[in-house]
Amino acid sequence: MIAFTVNGNKVQVDAAPDTPLLWVLRDNLGLNGTKFGCGIAACGACTVHLDGGPVRSCTTPVSEVAGKKVLTIEGLSRNNSHPVQKAWIAQNVPQCGYCQSGQIMTAVALLAKNKNPSDAEINEWMAGNICRCGTYNRVRRAVHHAAKLMGA
Amino acid sequence: MKSTVNESRRTFLKASVAAGGGLLIGFHIPGAMRLGEAATASSAQINAFVKIAADNLVTVVIGQSEMGQGVWTTIPMMLAEELEADWSKIRVEQGGIDPAFANPRYVGFRAQGGFQGTGGSSSVRNVGVNVRKAGAAARQMLITAASQTWGVNEEECYAEKNMVIHRPSGKKLSYGSLAEKAAKVPAPKYVALKNPQDFKIIGKSIPALDTPAKVSGKTVFGIDVKVPGMLVATVAQCPVFGGKAASFNADKAKAIKGVRHVVQISSGIAVVADDFWSAKKGRDALEITWDEGPLARVSQADLFKSFAELSQKPGAVRRNDGDVEKALKEAPKKIEAIYEIPFLAHVCMEPMNATAHWRGDSVEIWAPTQAQSWTQTAVAKLTGLPPEKIKINTTFLGGGFGRRLFNDFVIDAVESSKAVGAPVKVIWTREDDIQHDFYRPASYNVLAAGLDGKGIPVAWKHRIVGTSILQFFPPFSHLLRKDGLDPNSVGGAGDIFPYNVPNVYVDYVLHNPGVPSGFWRSVGNSQNAFIMESFIDELAAAAGKDPFEYRLQLLKNPRDKGVLELAAHKAKWGSPLPAGVYRGIAEHFSYNSYCAQVAEVSVGRDGKVKVHRIVAAVDPGWVVNPDTFKAQIEGGILYGLSGALFGEITIKNGRVEQSNFDNYPVPRMSDMPKIEVHILQGEGEQGGAGEPGVPSSSPAVANAIFAATGKRIRKLPVRAEDLRTA
Repeated sequence: MIAFTVNGNKVQVDAAPDTPLLWVLRDNLGLNGTKFGCGIAACGACTVHLDGGPVRSCTTPVSEVAGKKVLTIEGLSRNNSHPVQKAWIAQNVPQCGYCQSGQIMTAVALLAKNKNPSDAEINEWMAGNICRCGTYNRVRRAVHHAAKLMGA
Repeated sequence: MKSTVNESRRTFLKASVAAGGGLLIGFHIPGAMRLGEAATASSAQINAFVKIAADNLVTVVIGQSEMGQGVWTTIPMMLAEELEADWSKIRVEQGGIDPAFANPRYVGFRAQGGFQGTGGSSSVRNVGVNVRKAGAAARQMLITAASQTWGVNEEECYAEKNMVIHRPSGKKLSYGSLAEKAAKVPAPKYVALKNPQDFKIIGKSIPALDTPAKVSGKTVFGIDVKVPGMLVATVAQCPVFGGKAASFNADKAKAIKGVRHVVQISSGIAVVADDFWSAKKGRDALEITWDEGPLARVSQADLFKSFAELSQKPGAVRRNDGDVEKALKEAPKKIEAIYEIPFLAHVCMEPMNATAHWRGDSVEIWAPTQAQSWTQTAVAKLTGLPPEKIKINTTFLGGGFGRRLFNDFVIDAVESSKAVGAPVKVIWTREDDIQHDFYRPASYNVLAAGLDGKGIPVAWKHRIVGTSILQFFPPFSHLLRKDGLDPNSVGGAGDIFPYNVPNVYVDYVLHNPGVPSGFWRSVGNSQNAFIMESFIDELAAAAGKDPFEYRLQLLKNPRDKGVLELAAHKAKWGSPLPAGVYRGIAEHFSYNSYCAQVAEVSVGRDGKVKVHRIVAAVDPGWVVNPDTFKAQIEGGILYGLSGALFGEITIKNGRVEQSNFDNYPVPRMSDMPKIEVHILQGEGEQGGAGEPGVPSSSPAVANAIFAATGKRIRKLPVRAEDLRTA
């Protein structure tokens, strides 16, 4: 059994130690908001926070998570009240929506480090998150919007 | 747009009492499954366009697939407009399979009930009119019910915001309170649709209804489906197209904790486990001997060599105006070029997946599919079950782009569930997705044009040698002409020829050793517009003319000209640009929309291409939701650039050499140019949104690269090493 905290709740899971955190979240804990996109940490769809920093859960073995704190999209807010979610709604960002959990989690981590990022800083920070629908420009706008909502 | 619409012979409105009371309206196709029966049999599967309940909520039932293009918002907007609904009372539900949802664009594509599917940028422009009729009929019936209740003349009543109002007295009744009575009113034979100047909802940038769920992680995509007792599978498919497992040893796979079954299915060996990771580990542990089949000898270079050889002979004729050979011979100047287009994968962010529950005499499927009725037909053929025993639940789609018109991933789930006797969710890995796609066709194109003394083209000849889409899509295979012409693969290359050229000849040679080919957002247009709009640019250059002026002079249709001029005007064509930045222009008509784009591009000394900005002008007749429309054009532009600047699938020994995002790159945030979309609203018939942004983006960029470097891009993708100057 491996014990850690997800979205403030203590959990214990019976999973092989090499199981990626992504599949423990999805298959063991029923948290489906975190998405599978590539399995090689190349697309960002699986981004969650581990002890406050963004990680690719598809290549993070659950054994490395023992005793740590995980935050997923489900833990951001109960009612889309997180400023980044509000900004995403205000800017009509999603199309298919599949990559957006990862985009949002990456953006939240960015704004925790950098309260008012420039376009170039956003591009660089978000470079690991792929969107095939072409929402990048709206994502960038929404990050600026969220920065304003957060008082930058 | 007509204000009154006669019902077509195929469909008529049908109203019935909804389960639990209320009004239910849809379309009924004579001889097909009865709408009302399906609707009342189970409240979970409502097959109609609209249900109005006693609580005054209006549920719009969608037969289209939501893959990011916005049908969960635009279809309800069209219905709410005609219904005079209160937008805050609108709810949306995904419908099942029903002839009522047959896509009018594809009427006749299936013997019974039509083709229910989402493609061809057809939801709003083709399905929308039925939805509007349903809304208008419901409004009329609610007005009738109210007038009967009050004992007043119908003409004295009108509808507004979920209420029927009696004008003389000011009396009001809510739709909810009238719904049950309205359900007993005969459905009107004719319905009047509103005139555009009376629109209150259509034409507004209403936020997408599915956004809140998508930013909270709550949206259920196919991969998120959970069914009690469900197992999870991955399938080892032969890396070579058409290959089969000759033998396999599952001992090591079965030894892995969580692995329950290893079964052979049509596409390969399925490892069925308690969860995905166990299934994946089990698959990695399989020992399989493949019978790779004849395609194991096929490689990219040989394929293009065959294409080149075949281009020596005439093909199936797509267009033949005048006498192209004579005109070419007599023209004072002749321009020739060869354009090569690689295979491309779709790479939807959500890898292919589906869930099936085989129950012996029936099967239930949950799938992110673009093609419900065709999938049902395929499963019926596979299992011998009658179609009505095959229930398909459409989930949200994590991207579609044409990939999910195919149903290979659904067949995997059905066969796996049947083999193990439990519900099974099959999940493909990204590697499976890239190596077992139905690729955008590869093609080899021979072009020739003759110019007169003033540089004006008098002849245009285009021979396309390439793979066929329709060979791989049975429901539309009857469209593949007997002489081998695939109108889909040739799409955009001569079905309509936009330029005023007296002698035009376009033909097609189908050649494919067996690489699956498919619909890729905007289909033939995506590559043929690149070729045509690059070649016309070559002619302009040869004539020493400005590429914008040259097109404007030659375009026949005022709407083509209109978007070209608007894009050029908004981009300030001809005005100075920052040092090192150059412009290119292109225009293409597809899916009944006209789209011109001006690209601003720089090319570094290292040969790297930077697209700074694209200014697009689109004439789609009229739009339902300007913001979701613009989002579709933005997305289409980036999808086109993805194909032109990044994407290439190559075949070696019958297998795809690429496997994941590390070797099949796609645009990242910094690769997306600034995009301006200008909508030209005309009086025309409505055009599509999802695809028309794609075709003109790649030639606009390639033409800008020519302006910047003097090098013409005739082989995709664009390669930095070809453009390097230092």
